[in-house]
Amino acid sequence: MSGSPVANADAAEVARLQEIARQIRLEVIKAVYIARAGHLGGPLSAADMLAALYFNVMRIRPDEPSWPDRDRFILSKGHSSIGLYATMALRGYFPVAELATFDAAHSRLQGHPDMTRLPGLDMSSGSLGMGISAGMGMALGARLTGRGGRTYVMLGDGECQEGEVWEAAMAAARYGLDNLVAIVDHNKLQQYGWPGDGPDGRTPPEAPGELVAKWSAFGWRVLEADGHDVADILRVLALAADGDGRPVAIVAHTVKGKGVSYMEGHYYWHTRAIKPDEYAIAMADLGEPLPAGEGEPR
Amino acid sequence: MTLPMGRPMREIFGETVAELANDDPRIYMLDGDVGTSTRADIFEKAHPDRYLQMGIAEQNMFGVAAGLATMGLIPFISTFVSFAVVRPLDQIRVLIAQTGLNVKITPGYAGLFTGQTGMSHIIVDDMSIMRAMPGMITVSPADDVEAREVLRWAAAYEGPCYVRLVRDATQRLFGDDYRFELGKAVTVREGHDVALISTGSQTPRVVDAADLLAADGIDAHVVHVPTIKPLDVAAIVAAAERTGRVITVEEHSVIGGLGGAVAEALSEHRPTKVNRIGLQDLYPQSGPNDALLEIYGLSAPRVADQVRLILRPA
Repeated sequence: MSGSPVANADAAEVARLQEIARQIRLEVIKAVYIARAGHLGGPLSAADMLAALYFNVMRIRPDEPSWPDRDRFILSKGHSSIGLYATMALRGYFPVAELATFDAAHSRLQGHPDMTRLPGLDMSSGSLGMGISAGMGMALGARLTGRGGRTYVMLGDGECQEGEVWEAAMAAARYGLDNLVAIVDHNKLQQYGWPGDGPDGRTPPEAPGELVAKWSAFGWRVLEADGHDVADILRVLALAADGDGRPVAIVAHTVKGKGVSYMEGHYYWHTRAIKPDEYAIAMADLGEPLPAGEGEPR
Repeated sequence: MTLPMGRPMREIFGETVAELANDDPRIYMLDGDVGTSTRADIFEKAHPDRYLQMGIAEQNMFGVAAGLATMGLIPFISTFVSFAVVRPLDQIRVLIAQTGLNVKITPGYAGLFTGQTGMSHIIVDDMSIMRAMPGMITVSPADDVEAREVLRWAAAYEGPCYVRLVRDATQRLFGDDYRFELGKAVTVREGHDVALISTGSQTPRVVDAADLLAADGIDAHVVHVPTIKPLDVAAIVAAAERTGRVITVEEHSVIGGLGGAVAEALSEHRPTKVNRIGLQDLYPQSGPNDALLEIYGLSAPRVADQVRLILRPA
């Protein structure tokens, strides 16, 4: 159980994960384009971390999603659901074609994750601040039942404004749950934002260094990563696996809307339908330009 | 004749969950720093390694309970009703009710008996809120005997439930051979003039009220409804058919709780005039238990007074 969970962080593996992250972003864009609804900025900022977790780090069995000894993942920032669905589909939990049902009636791919509908989802989410508490329960439960496995919880940086996050931070540190890893997708934007002098007249959810200081103050071991550099993500996730009795918070510096030129860093791409011309640009940005004069049917 | 006193439900809580944990290693107690009040401390003495102190952080406590349930454990929750319903309501909704996870919401300090703490600690509408939540079973036991039975049922039931328990000793309604059945009402007194339908520790006081009414020639039928949801509609319809007149009595708001549930059921299935005795859209004050029952019209004599007035208006 101890030691690095990262099998092969060589150049070829990094390249493989980068390509998977690109595929995740493509599937996110396609699904939101088809659904004419959905969040974009958050799934795109999380894609590289989701690729690293689901395709390298986590011990999981897509063909046996309830395997008791698996690592667990909770997308506490549940509005980034399509990013998780795209990752799970590519990983083999369900057919990639099913992503076209995202947000549709009767779909297993609900707007926010519903664990009662889709096997492989370890927790329902959508109301912010809750995933870290449920993750604490899983990590504590794994210890109490003598199971191995780690619990990863991905939070948004704006989500850290919820008080429950800090209740959980307090309690998980008291229990010394070093099998609990919180990953904060620090993309520096939230849905509307606080007034300020940053991009679009907004100021980021936290000041520089604020998240590191807060999680440290609550007794967590804090690691920072470039959330778009797969090698760096693998590096910190390997460090996180070497428990020292403290839960681990990874502050991952990211860009909201990463990978699509006109979405990067703009708060209004938090959630938005994509127009046909915007779709063509996004696909081209992600290396899959549409044939001239053709748009994807919708 | 007055029903005898039983033991405090909170002691039954600590003892019973501890006993259940003897046989089931999956059972844990999560406490929001009130274990000496809810008597979860009785559980801690028996199973110190399965007593999980969560501190003064109820939202997190309910989320942790959901996470523990995904690992196959059975968390019981120790806090006050006032901090078990409205404060973590969204956590209950999203992480417990919507997931169907096996969490036992078993707070103490239901109703007016909160140790003279006042309106911040008295929640008048917990049954209204919990029964309106899709997927949430809502149970309000009458006495120590039924509380023990309900806790045994809750441990065996696979899924979330809400069981409200009373802090102080209340009157005993049932004999030791009583067996709780989810969703079943219990006729505790037979009569023909009016059906008095009650729940929780109010029911024994309604039985006493029925004795007082008998002296006035009013023959009351008394039905105890421990399970607010799922409601025993058939039993309520039968009581209405038998008497033609229904009065609900609850130590709770008259809005949306037992009175609301009975009125809904009869309106749909057997339209019958329903009067609701209980707390009238107000926030109660602090005071000794007996004083509060008098002030809010829930002692046996005051219930009898109100029933007389309803049946025989001046």
